[in-house]
Amino acid sequence: MNNHRLLLAILNAAPLILFGLIVVTLSLLSDSFLSVANFRNIVNQAAPVAVMAIGMTFVLLVKGVDLSIGSVMYLVAVLMGLYLSGLPLVVVIAAVLLIGLVFGAVNATFITRFDIAPFIVTLATLFIIRGLALFLSGTRMVFQSDTIQTMGRSALFGVPYAIWILAIIAAIGWVVLSQTPYGRQIYAVGADPHAAEKAGIPVRRIVFSVFCICGVCAAIGAFISVSQIGAASATFGYQKEFPVIAAAVLGGTSLFGGRGGVFGSIFGAVLVQTTENGLVMLNADPYLYPLVAALIIFLAAWVDGRRTAITERLERRKIRVE
Amino acid sequence: MSDVLLSVRNLNKGFFGVQVLKDVSFDVQKGHVLGLLGENGSGKSTTMNLVGGILQRDSGTIELAGAGIAPQNARDAQALGIAFIHQELSLFQNLSVEENIFLDHFPLRAGPLPLIDRRALRRKATEALALVGLETAPSTPVSRLPQGERQLVEIAKALTREAKLIIFDEPTTSLTAPESKRLFEIIERLRSQGMSIIYISHILGDVMRLCDDIVVLRDGQVIATEPVAQTSIERIVSQMVGRSIDNLFPERDKHCDASRSALSLRGVSQPGIVRDISFDLHPGEVLGISGLMGSGRSELARIIFGLDPYAAGEISVNGRRLRAGSPRTAMDAGIAFLTEDRRGEGLVMEASIAENILLPSLPKQASGFMSYLKPAHVTALAREMSEKVHVRAASIDRTAVRALSGGNQQKVVIGKWLLTAPQVFILDEPTRGIDVGAKYEVYKIINQLVANGAAVLMISSEIEELIGMADRIMVMSRGEPRGFFDRENFDREALMRAALWD
Repeated sequence: MNNHRLLLAILNAAPLILFGLIVVTLSLLSDSFLSVANFRNIVNQAAPVAVMAIGMTFVLLVKGVDLSIGSVMYLVAVLMGLYLSGLPLVVVIAAVLLIGLVFGAVNATFITRFDIAPFIVTLATLFIIRGLALFLSGTRMVFQSDTIQTMGRSALFGVPYAIWILAIIAAIGWVVLSQTPYGRQIYAVGADPHAAEKAGIPVRRIVFSVFCICGVCAAIGAFISVSQIGAASATFGYQKEFPVIAAAVLGGTSLFGGRGGVFGSIFGAVLVQTTENGLVMLNADPYLYPLVAALIIFLAAWVDGRRTAITERLERRKIRVE
Repeated sequence: MSDVLLSVRNLNKGFFGVQVLKDVSFDVQKGHVLGLLGENGSGKSTTMNLVGGILQRDSGTIELAGAGIAPQNARDAQALGIAFIHQELSLFQNLSVEENIFLDHFPLRAGPLPLIDRRALRRKATEALALVGLETAPSTPVSRLPQGERQLVEIAKALTREAKLIIFDEPTTSLTAPESKRLFEIIERLRSQGMSIIYISHILGDVMRLCDDIVVLRDGQVIATEPVAQTSIERIVSQMVGRSIDNLFPERDKHCDASRSALSLRGVSQPGIVRDISFDLHPGEVLGISGLMGSGRSELARIIFGLDPYAAGEISVNGRRLRAGSPRTAMDAGIAFLTEDRRGEGLVMEASIAENILLPSLPKQASGFMSYLKPAHVTALAREMSEKVHVRAASIDRTAVRALSGGNQQKVVIGKWLLTAPQVFILDEPTRGIDVGAKYEVYKIINQLVANGAAVLMISSEIEELIGMADRIMVMSRGEPRGFFDRENFDREALMRAALWD
């Protein structure tokens, strides 16, 4: 029994151990890795994935998944570049949030009204939304307005604006999840939807809302990312769902619902970004990137699976007391 | 005595054409504990699910404090002041004690935002826990609490909602003796404060000690309503089981070959689950396992079949030791396991009868190059088997198993295992939820099995069923064997007493 608890502790710490190993290895191999500037750079680059991972955390907590976020990213970038470029920044931001909310609500409607599995619904919207965006862009590069590009390069007190946005979203996410009745009920729904129903919790409404939150976060992630790059090619946001889910799961959020949190997901995003940053610094073959990313995702899923199995075993009902 | 809190009149409820409750009527007095008794399947849980809003009645009335009520869900019932503490607790293990207690009525901070007032939460939770005598910190995650303390958390939750009536469904099955004692003290105190309680339990000693009145249900009907002072355990037991069992079971000759052992257990133990189980199951024998829910019967079956591990002891089939923790090995050794949960584990509901019957034996039937299946051959096989077990359906290769009655579904399960030609059958509640006629046919099939030399381990909650079918009965309680009874010594009350032994 105690062996199980020890193993559980090791599994819980696995991403931290991995992060430590990567940091040590990279700082030995490259002189420029271990510096404040580089770390700021890493967090700045990780910000879009981190924001989206926060949204994904809400969805994963109720045992859902949202595969459509990469496509929502691309659609937001296309709409921003083609139709919103002349408008004041406030309007652009409001429009971006609204787009995210609408597509989150579309997913949520199919999932809660028609009882279709989130995996299937969001797999379908992944193709539909990207198809729609490609139709609008004609697969051509979509450039952003100067306002957006300037914003992407701006900083406050020496900290890039993307990190500020991440900090704000993280604070809101943490307060909602841990300090509101709604947040605690999300955890209850994820642990056992039937028991939650019996306890008088509005399960459907909660599931609906988390997909909306995830959509909004995807739109914010798109805004940050496109402002950093300045333009969106036809592959913008392509397969972004994988690093996002990996970040959340590496940060301790379970694919099986009920466990996880905001800060873990940010840590996961930074971990993913650090790895990529390190590969760039080491001049690694670019074709190696997906291989390394896949390895990290595999590790995350494996750790989560083992952790869940052990937790279930520890929580199993006992008949006798010895 | 005249102060009635809950009044139930002529409650009727049926499932899929089977009448489960027939004109059930009883009263619960204010400040009284009512014991609701009956065998498994007698309708206790259904009655309480109607009162607690989880099921809807077909007809009849429920009055609470003089006003008719019709709770449509658990939330309605809670709002009316009815708290239902289920046997399987509905606490969330990933949340803390205080969060569980106030999950749908968190105290909030002043201001426009819906923020939890953590300080008030802590204070209120501490107060609620003090009411039930639990000294755990309110911030402890529920997953760290022992079972007995979780129960107390549920009670604290009911108290914070100002419940007028608390229903306990088998609250002590997973509690240790001191935990039970503490629960009883709390129930006593709640009663003295004017709370009404419905207490469902099989442990009659507790019922006699705790309750003011009892209601005995049998086959969905109220058999007796009396004050505890005017009854006795013997009287209650005979009221609970007092059905005549002539002709319910088919005649059978004794086939038992005691010189050989088909399945043999030696000192099988798993901490927290079962302890020191030893027996020999002979070819041609039906060994019954009796015991209450939570006595470890089904867990033992899972261990034998290799679904769960065991720490000590030995299991062998036909004298050959079985490797632990591998259902595949168990199947290859000739064990078939019919689970308690037909719908969940035993059948693929959307698939046809033929597909279900063939499922476990497909590898055996595959032959020739690339080991493909000959459609004509396997269909004929499935048809033959479904006739053998008397499955009644429009078409065996088109009718989905979902469309069958419980009895016919069970026959499909038996048929699918029969095709693998097993030596040992483990039947976990083989007749749960099926009607009397179908039961009789299942019994006949079991008799055929043993007549052909198979050995059967039959787990059942219905004592009469075991008395009618088994050659021997092992009684279990709290994961331990409480005694073996041979056919000539079968005595309903002795068996029940062994199971209730504490």
